[in-house]
Parts: sequence; structure tokens; C-alpha cells
Amino acid sequence: MKYIDSAQVEKKMGSRLLKNMFAKNIFLLATLIGLVVLVVLIYRVFADSIGWIDFNFLTNKLSTDPEKAGIMGAITGTLWLMLVVAPVTLFLGVGTAIYLEEYAKKGKLQSFIQTNISNLAGVPSIVFGLLGLTVFVRGISLGAIVLAGGLTMSLLVLPVVVVAAQEAIRAVPQYLREASYGMGATKWQTIKNVVLPAALPGILTGVILALSRAIGETAPLTVIGIPALLIPLPDGIFDKFTVMPLQIYYWTIDAALVAEYANLAAATIVILLLVLFLMNSIAIFIRNKFQQRF
Amino acid sequence: MAVITDFSKNQVGLKNQGKEGFENMTAKNLVFDTKDLNLWYGDDHALKNINLDIYENEVTAIIGPSGCGKSTFIKTLNRMVELIPVVRISGDILYRERNILDKSFKVEDLRTHVGMVFQKPNPFPKSIYDNIAYGPRIHGIKNKKILDEIVEKSLRGAAIWDEVKDRLNENAYGLSGGQQQRLCLARCLAIEPDVILMDEPTSALDPISTLKIEELVQELKKEYSIIIVTHNMQQAARISDKTAFFLNGEVVEYTDTNKIFSTPSDKRTEDYITGRFG
Amino acid sequence: MEKTFGNEEKNLNVQELIAKNKSTVSFGNYVEKLIPKALLLIATISILTTLGIIITLLTETIEFFKDVPFVEFFTGTVLKPLGQNAQFGVLPLLAGTFISSGIAMIVAIPIGLMTAIYLSEYASDKVRRFLKPMLEILAGIPTIVYGFFALTFVTPLLRSFIPALEPTNILSPGIVMGIMIIPMVASLSEDAMSSVPNSMREGALALGATKLEVTWRVVVPAAISGIVASFVLGISRAIGETMIVTIASGSTKNFGFDVTQSMQTMTAYIVEVTGGDAPAGSTLYYSLYAVAMTLFVFTLIMNLIARYISRKFREEY
Repeated sequence: MKYIDSAQVEKKMGSRLLKNMFAKNIFLLATLIGLVVLVVLIYRVFADSIGWIDFNFLTNKLSTDPEKAGIMGAITGTLWLMLVVAPVTLFLGVGTAIYLEEYAKKGKLQSFIQTNISNLAGVPSIVFGLLGLTVFVRGISLGAIVLAGGLTMSLLVLPVVVVAAQEAIRAVPQYLREASYGMGATKWQTIKNVVLPAALPGILTGVILALSRAIGETAPLTVIGIPALLIPLPDGIFDKFTVMPLQIYYWTIDAALVAEYANLAAATIVILLLVLFLMNSIAIFIRNKFQQRF
Repeated sequence: MAVITDFSKNQVGLKNQGKEGFENMTAKNLVFDTKDLNLWYGDDHALKNINLDIYENEVTAIIGPSGCGKSTFIKTLNRMVELIPVVRISGDILYRERNILDKSFKVEDLRTHVGMVFQKPNPFPKSIYDNIAYGPRIHGIKNKKILDEIVEKSLRGAAIWDEVKDRLNENAYGLSGGQQQRLCLARCLAIEPDVILMDEPTSALDPISTLKIEELVQELKKEYSIIIVTHNMQQAARISDKTAFFLNGEVVEYTDTNKIFSTPSDKRTEDYITGRFG
Repeated sequence: MEKTFGNEEKNLNVQELIAKNKSTVSFGNYVEKLIPKALLLIATISILTTLGIIITLLTETIEFFKDVPFVEFFTGTVLKPLGQNAQFGVLPLLAGTFISSGIAMIVAIPIGLMTAIYLSEYASDKVRRFLKPMLEILAGIPTIVYGFFALTFVTPLLRSFIPALEPTNILSPGIVMGIMIIPMVASLSEDAMSSVPNSMREGALALGATKLEVTWRVVVPAAISGIVASFVLGISRAIGETMIVTIASGSTKNFGFDVTQSMQTMTAYIVEVTGGDAPAGSTLYYSLYAVAMTLFVFTLIMNLIARYISRKFREEY
């Protein structure tokens, strides 16, 4: 006697396949929700910004009059901020990654630093803001200047750069290191001349992604005390500054007072998204063009 | 002379017997001389009491089945084996009468004199020119004229000059596998080493490229001492002057190549070269 | 082969030059010894950052608890930081934080998981190659933009269905936060599911199981640790999220559970107090750090749990 009644199985098969089809479409639908939101969000922002983005908007200074207000200050501030964040994270991030991948012995210290970095990556950005406020702005009395903001941001995005640089360094095959050692090169010569050049595209991609995170980040800067209405343009890293996300923030919450501020916020969002899109395109370009496949 | 030396069973005093084992013992100088060399990977005893004399301007072949320690052995000669963290070594390795295992001996110095060509072609992802100039540059030679000269000479030495002279600035990854391996040889020649270690340099190559490398080895031994690991016995027979047969981390037999292949003294050697081996 | 260089010339040439350059090489030796030390110093910056955070929060939090009793802070249902008879109960903020995070996870967990299942089990390569970058874009949008979206689009939209909804409320930012977290849950869960070996799927498929049955009975159980870890990390992300709730949920410090009302989260409180230039040394100023410390501890615990789950229950394939 057979235990499996094939007629029964056959009968159930239809409904099982139906369930599968049904589930597949539900899953697809769920996946599309994210996509739909993305489209709606971008459409809304663009729609609100129509008529507000022009040459004057990009080159004017900040003003309480929505017709005259521009984001030159925020753009300049963002640029100065990146001029601090880029070298600092590159130096600290790549240095840490080289130490962890090439010099550190597998052991307690190495795994301690590694664990610490992944914990830092999970600390809310606003907590970094408090660190920046306490140490850079008040502790060493820098005030709410570009340098203080930049250092705060650098610490915030440091884990991103470290992890990306570590992956890039790890992807450099051992046989290239051996070739270099085989010529009598020292460890540092090998790292400097072989490992880092081969890992550079991966490192740069990581740095650009970290910078785009820093460009869009708002919370830590709200904490270190950037004024809502800052008219003079920053001239260097020791000047007070504002950035695009903060400008969006202040205009958004003040839209209850002046309705047009919402349009200004939307217009600034469009510019911010364009900048981020451009940076990500550069990162993808570098990855595809220069990444050596080993 | 037909003194048969069973190295594996008679480790002590091998030094003295070693020379008797060879024909044509004219005044050739020793380049390497290992004394009771032992090596462990963690608890794994990979090299056991190796006592080998290697002479200059000769091709010494190391043969043996996979995992017998032959690669480990030549990587010990330029201390590349130390890149593996769990390695422990005891005994002496004399290179030109200096013990390279001595703490005061700098590996970078050693490797400047003892070059290496690896199993897989491993050019740097740089231009052909920069690949060759890499060694001289890290050793402080910056003069463009001298570098040009070195590059040309090395590429000629590895018989690849004519193929690449018009594209020295192109990436080395554009070359074929065989060309890449000759480029790696040229890169090694660029610092004019004394000894060239070759770790199965043709195992990843097609027969024609293999033949080119073999011809080069014959040519290069006029100026360099060459130690080559191979698991291709025909290759060892074709190109080497002396052959050492490794098995389970021990040297079973080490003697003139024509002798080891015609009248091996050890049963295990005979089994291996006649293909009757596990 | 051209043989322009004889043995003599050879020795005279490169090796001699190398020997001559030994002086620069000895400077190199110095560098060689210095570099690892310098790099170690750089690597310790990350540790100093963590220490900096802990010390900063801890010292000011201790000051805070000199003014406000520990029990009062954690059991107080009234938060009235300004004016006379200021009261510092953190429960309103905790309520705001956990309600908004809860709403976010109600959105993010099912949608994220279903997205992951679709991408890992159903989607063709072509579809996946299109959808994954889209999710990455979604993940790369700054939170301030989501905040703007929540306040100016989602809230008005919701109010047309729920007339009782306040102009600033906890529901809308909760939902938007959930959408923001979808890519994170989806991509981490998908990673976990993709690393389930095909042989396991094939074993079930060969018995006549449908794809859904394979997914639900084989793949998801096998990848469950990675999936759960992605949920926990999502919660941690929601707890620490600042701008969306700051913008869209207002600053009412209510201890309640009505999602149509404005509620303040811990993060939004920090923004509000720092924006108001609290005088250093005041209880208000210290409360900032006490709240931040609470926030830090919660997110740290979540991250540790996530790491523990994914390490402890990592399947060995």
C-alpha cells in the first residue's frame, strides 16, 4: 500500500501553486512600495521647487525675504566643510585601515579596535553632535565654526571610510605583496607602492560615499549651534557657517510662518539631491573604470 | 664516480659526502648551504633536517609530490616563508657563508640578492616600465637614464624586449600569461640578483611559453644561480644540473640530474620518477 | 638575445648602485620603524572617539543626577524643563521614541522582509539589477529630506483620512521613518538569504515544493539570525533618528499613547534644547546629556544584541 495518495497531492498542487503566484505578486508589490515612495518624494520636491530655482537662488545670500533669499552661503559652507572632512577622514580612515589590515596582529587589540569601529557606526549622529559641542565648540573653544563642524562630521563618517578602505586593502591579492617583498622591498614600501595604489579606487569610492553622507547630515550640526539666519559667507575654516541641510531644516520649520519658505526648502533639497546624485555617479564611475579585478 | 649517497638515511656528515656525490667538482662556489634546517607550520613539521649545498651558476631543480615541502624550502631561502605568521625555523642557512636566519641579517638585503619568480605570473597593475623599474626604484635608483637602461637590459635578458618595446607605458595586465611571466622574470633581473628562485614558474603556462622560459633558464645560468621548483620531471631533466627529490619534508636524494633520472639510488626516488607513486 | 652586459659590468651596475644608495635606505629603516607606531596612533582615534562620547555624556549626566534624583528621571511622567517647578521625567520622551520606532518597524519589517524575499528568491537578474540601485538611492536620501516629506506631504495626506490628526503628530514621522529603514532591513536580510546555499533550495525543490514553500520553510529559517539582526539594527536606527521626528512631530512633551498627537522623542528634545542655547551649568543643560546618555545606551544595547544574534546563531553552511 502506498502512503502517498497521488490524486490528493495532485488536487492540492493547484492551490499550492496559486498561493505561490499570489505570494510572488505580494512580494513584488511590497518591493515596489519603496520605489513608489521614491518617485512621489522626488516628484513632490521638484513640484514645490518649480519657479524657485534660478541663478539668483544659487548666488544670493540668505535673506528673510523669500524672493531675495539664496543659498550661496549654504553652498560655500558645505564646500568648506568638505574641505575639512575629506582630508581628515582620508587620513584617519586609511591610516586606521592600513593598521588593522597590514600591521595589527590578529588578537585582542585588533578585534577591540574593530568592534569599537562597528559600535561607533551605530551611535546616533546626534550624539556625535553633543561630542562636537562639548569637545570642539566649547572644550577647545573653537565656537560653531567650519573646523569644529568638520571635525565632528569626520568622526561621524570615519567608520564608513575605515570599513571601505579595509575592504579595498583586503581585496589586493597576496601575490602582489609577495612580488614586492621578493624584490627586497620593505613592508612600508610594499604598502605605499603596491597595496595602496591597487586599493585606491575602492578607497576613493568609500571616501566619496562618506562625504555624501556628511553633506546630507543635519542633526549633529543643529546641536553644535549653527545660527538660523547667517548672512555673511564663510571665507575659511575658522568662520561661522551654515550648510544646505540646515537651511532646509530652518526653512521647513519656519514654513508655518512664511509659506514660501517651504518652496525655498524644496528648492534647496533639489540642489542637495543633485549634488548627492553627482557624487554617487562619480563614485560609481571610479568603481567601474579604475577598479582592478583581481 | 659512482658513490651512491642515501641522504635520507644518512643525514649526519652529509656535508662531506655531498660533494663526493657529484661529478665535475671543479672550483664552483657555494651559494647556499643549509644545515639541519627544520621548519614547522604550527605543529606541522614541514621541513626535516634539510642539508643541501647549492652551487653558483648552476640550475638546481627541486622535485617531489605536492605538499612535500619543496615550495616551502625555496621560500625559506629568501625568507618569504616568514609571511606566514605561525612559521618556526631552526638550523642554519648559509648564503655566501653568512647565516640568513641570523637576527642581524636583514631580509630586504637578502631578497635584493636572492630574487624570486612565482608560480602564477604576478605583475603589478602598473605599466610594463614601472613593473621593471619597481625594484631599482625602491632601492633608491631614481635617475631616469639609468632606469631606462636597466629596463631595456632586463627586458632583453628575459627575451621579451622585442614584444613590448613599443608599449612600455601600457598596463602589464594587457600581456598574455606567458609574457607576464617573462615580465616577472625581467622584473627580477632588474635588480641583478645573485640567485633566482623559481617556484613552479611554468605551472600556469601553455607549452610554448613554458619552452621559452626553459630556454631562458639555460641562458641565465651563465650569470645567475638558479633554484627551480617543478613538479614536471621532464622539465627538471631538461634544464637542471642537479636535482633534489623531496618527500614528506625530507630530502630523499640529491645528486646530478642525469644520475637521479638514470640510476636513482633510492627506491622511493625511482618510484616517483617512474610514475609509480601515490 | 643581445648580451651587452657581461658578468663584470653586471656587478658594477645595479647592485653597486643599490649599495651606494644605502644611506637613503637607512633613513628608510627609520621610517619603517616609525610607520606602524604612527598608524597605531591613528587607529586609536576611533577608540578615543568612543571614550570621548562616554566621558562627555557620563560627567554631565552625573551632574544632572545631582539635581534630579535618578528615580524621578526614569519614572517621571512630566517633562517641563523650563520655568518654575521644572520637572524632568524622561517617560514622555521614551514614549515618543518607542512609539515612533514601533510605527516605523510596523512599516519596515514586513515591507523590508518581503522586498528581501522578492529580490533574493523571485526576481530575475535583470529586475534585481534595476531594483537594488533604486533601494540604494532610497537609502542615500538625507533624513532632512524625509522630514520635509513627512511634514509637507505625508501628514496632509493622512489628515484627509484621519481628520483628528494634529498638524504635527507622531504617526506621520513614524511611517516615513519606516520607509527610510526599508532599504536597510531589505539589504541586510537579502544578504542573509543569499548566503543560504543553493543546495538547500534544490533539496526542497526536488521534492516538489513550490518556491513559496522553499522560501518560507527552508530559506527564511536558515537565514533567520541575519534577518532578526537586520530588524534589531533597524530599531536602533529608528531610535537614533533625529530630523524626521524633529520636523514632523513637534515638541509636545506628552506622556501618552495617542499617535494622532504631537510627541517628542529623545533626539528631538536634544535638538530643541541645544537650539535654545541652554546656559551651561543649568539643570536644563545637563538634562541634555542625561537624555543623550539614555539614547546612547539604548542604541548600544540594540547594536550589541544584533551583533550577538548574528554571531551566536550564524549558520555554518
